[in-house]
Amino acid sequence: MTALDEIKIGGLGASRRRVEDNRFIRGKGNYVDDIVLPGMLHMEILRSPVAHARIVSVDTSKAWAIPGVRLVLTGEMMAKRNLAWMPTLSYDTQAVLATDKVRFQGQEVACVIADDPYIAKDACEAIVVEYETLPVVVNPEQALAADAPLIRDDKENQHDNVVFDWEVGDAAGTDRAFAQADLVSKIDLHYPRSHPSPIECCGSIADFDRSTSKLTVYMTTQAPHIIRAAVSLVAELPEHMIRIVSPDIGGGFGNKVPVYPGYVMSILASILLERPVKWIEDKTGNLISTGFGRDVYLRGEMALRKDGRILGVRMHTVSDHGAFFADAQPSKFKIGLMHSAFAAYDIPAAHLLARGVYTNKAPGGVAYRCSFRVTEAMFFQERMVQAAADDLGMDQAEFRRVNFVRDDDFPHRTAFGFLTDSGQYGKCLDVGLEAIGYADFQERKKEAAARGRLLGIGISTMTEPLGAGNSREYDILGIKMFDSAELRVHMTGKALLRTGAKTQGQGHETTWAQIVAHELGLPAEDVVVEEGDTDTAPFGMGTYASRSTPVAGAAVAMVARKIRAKARKLAAHLLEVSEEDVEWELGRFYVRSAPNRGVTIQECAAAAYSNMPDGMEPGLENVAYYDPPNLTWPFACYIATVEVDPQTGVWDVLNFVAVDDCGVRINPMIVEGQIMGGLTEAYAMASMQFITYDAEGNCVGSNYMDYLLPTAWETPGFELHEVVTPCPHHPIGAKGIGECATVGGPAAFVNAVMDALKGFGVRNIDMPMLPDRVHEAITTGRDVSGHPPVRQDD
Amino acid sequence: MTSLFEEVPRAEDDAVPVRTVSVTVNGERRTVKVEPRLLLAHMIRHGLKLTGTHTGCDTSNCGACTVLLDGRPVKSCTMLAVQADGHEVTTVEGLAGQSELHPVQEGFKDEHGLQCGFCTPGMMLTAKALLDENPDPTEDEVRWALSGNLCRCTGYQNIVKSVLWAARKQRAAAGETGAGE
Ligand code: FES
Ligand code: FES
Repeated sequence: MTALDEIKIGGLGASRRRVEDNRFIRGKGNYVDDIVLPGMLHMEILRSPVAHARIVSVDTSKAWAIPGVRLVLTGEMMAKRNLAWMPTLSYDTQAVLATDKVRFQGQEVACVIADDPYIAKDACEAIVVEYETLPVVVNPEQALAADAPLIRDDKENQHDNVVFDWEVGDAAGTDRAFAQADLVSKIDLHYPRSHPSPIECCGSIADFDRSTSKLTVYMTTQAPHIIRAAVSLVAELPEHMIRIVSPDIGGGFGNKVPVYPGYVMSILASILLERPVKWIEDKTGNLISTGFGRDVYLRGEMALRKDGRILGVRMHTVSDHGAFFADAQPSKFKIGLMHSAFAAYDIPAAHLLARGVYTNKAPGGVAYRCSFRVTEAMFFQERMVQAAADDLGMDQAEFRRVNFVRDDDFPHRTAFGFLTDSGQYGKCLDVGLEAIGYADFQERKKEAAARGRLLGIGISTMTEPLGAGNSREYDILGIKMFDSAELRVHMTGKALLRTGAKTQGQGHETTWAQIVAHELGLPAEDVVVEEGDTDTAPFGMGTYASRSTPVAGAAVAMVARKIRAKARKLAAHLLEVSEEDVEWELGRFYVRSAPNRGVTIQECAAAAYSNMPDGMEPGLENVAYYDPPNLTWPFACYIATVEVDPQTGVWDVLNFVAVDDCGVRINPMIVEGQIMGGLTEAYAMASMQFITYDAEGNCVGSNYMDYLLPTAWETPGFELHEVVTPCPHHPIGAKGIGECATVGGPAAFVNAVMDALKGFGVRNIDMPMLPDRVHEAITTGRDVSGHPPVRQDD
Repeated sequence: MTSLFEEVPRAEDDAVPVRTVSVTVNGERRTVKVEPRLLLAHMIRHGLKLTGTHTGCDTSNCGACTVLLDGRPVKSCTMLAVQADGHEVTTVEGLAGQSELHPVQEGFKDEHGLQCGFCTPGMMLTAKALLDENPDPTEDEVRWALSGNLCRCTGYQNIVKSVLWAARKQRAAAGETGAGE
């Protein structure tokens, strides 16, 4: 008997076609808006048209008069039930419905529950709200001005618009490094406000059953268990009487992590009306009120030695969190993992000062396809690296190579204190340079210049911390960031796997079964995967920050190993030998001295229900909770070549090469799908996608006509390559991958355009590099940057 | 039958006008009473209970609601249900035959042309309309044809491959060579 072929059974490394596609391609997905419950009512939200105003009065009488209206909720009514405010996932509070004043355009002011959504919308329009407008703050500079209006006058002890001041790194050591520098390179950058904008908006159906006191909520959440905990806190309901079900989700990207007022209102409405209440957000509501990403200013400085070595790094950031600090991130890190910057580089000293401010803008900022501000960190890093290489007059690839952490230097303690686990940075860079034709590019560029064409090449290299996290350092609302998996092997050897993660397109139903196949030799098609129902799934922290494979995926491997350990005992019993004499190969135990005598894993499963040894507990199921020893550290090298049209400022991508090292790939097809999707969001941010506000606080970018997502027509093609450095501490050697391309990609595009514009004396154009901005830079020879309001203390 | 949905009777209100609409949906004639302002997308989703047609925006940009009206792709959020009276509508539920998937559906699965699946019904219907008109499109023609449909997950590269896969398969089925691998 020969061992099973792992690829044939859909194990590790198989580009197995996705199980979930069978329903999606038939239109049989089950998204929240597809769910219809008997007697269900519909909720619509009335939002503030102004950014900052005192609420003088709310008159709902006309709304109540519309036939079919069942309930109109106002802030005052919420306040009576102590529900006008709720905690955010970052220890701030957020208004569910405004009581005293509105603090951003789009804030929830009232809501209507009616027989159908059209009536609910009509009724919202019939509500009359009188506002007394207040001065508006739309950027950190205004927020920090001496005479700035106080936005959060609801909070005791809040006397200015500062959310936090946070510091990490070695200030004195960094000062010493700068004192020894041959050259100091400086650059000011703004990472603009952006929105994850999954095509499906947020929504919920709350269904409170008075007879059982049970509340069931179907909702678009990436983290159902965290939501259950939050609902229990906010609504003061016992946790065992709350069931959160996250059905199919039409994309998340971080947008569906926080608790939103709409969820809370639908729950209260269902409790009051004792009927199911559905809330489906419209796109404008999604874009103007739910978790945005980014909006961070940087003043970056790098101390350099003439030979190209980086001696120290200073980063001062100011982040604009809008009206409520509604990030969803580990409690210890105020500006998320911004200090993961420069982890790929061997740098002696670094220091980060971070300040967060309130403004009259939508609350956030969530980690948009990102691990808690890692996207900003890596963008700033790679823009600073290119500026430094240019200031030194050094080749941008060579400058990186000189400063990379060496392959034999792992685990490596970064200047900010992280411990990176593994990597082959130089090799990844080489693969990328070879693929893009780096050696010849300068020639091509010169030739093109002779014909009046502007070419540029940009590199972005980075390692980032994925898979929050180890429980020493990472928690949300005090809950440690572990994850879980539960595996039931039925007597026929078919199995049911449940995890605490929640897929939103990542393909967990396909890949988790592959891990089980790898560990147990059960064909992947024999393993069904379920997620998202808190009544059945083991407790987990959900899917975001590329943590599914590093944490829940590890739990899947660990629970399968527990099953294997019990199966080994069953095998010994069946083979009538002692356990020590039993060997394992994929799918089968055999007697060491007689390899032909063996039993399959399926035979062990049958024995667990029909023929277990005396004293053994029957059944073959288990659960594993996995607390990772460290984050995983994938590496990426992205290289873009572009052509800029100096007449119009339009730039086109000529080629794009991506080299990703995410360790062992469970399903290469799915990994590549993640990378291409991520690169498209990177291209979106570099080229067109951003949310901004006018001086009155009106959101510009409140629908898809203003908030531009690239289509198939604009999106460039991507050429993918891989390097594999297995993660040394993950059970199957895998690292996170979902967000890498979104994190590392933008700088490659910007660096490429900046390279093309080198001759014009331009150092920076803020994203998105819209043609008019590029054109302005070319014609004026000046940077087109937002001015960061960073403290000028050095 | 109520004006908007069957499940929840609308409050009695004689002022609400109602129109009768007859549409052939996926080959079957269906007659429903609707308010004149009801969007076709909502009639399909809620009235006809065909929830494979999704809505993803308020501005006719995303294409998640795409259906075929007399064989041509339309954004069903941009049409009133009453405008579809007397016409033929094909939704994602009508793509597959009794036992067989449409080549476009097979292509999307085989080339990993979807992730969350939310844009997929609209993408597939747009792709079908393209292939009905042009059985052998170039990559650029596919990209152009799909440019009214947004996908946030895939980056389009695999969607384009899926459509080209389906084109090869269809041509092979029509007796040409070199398809479907
Ligand atoms: S819902 Fe119809 S185009 Fe977006
Ligand atoms: S697959 Fe998610 S939007 Fe296209």
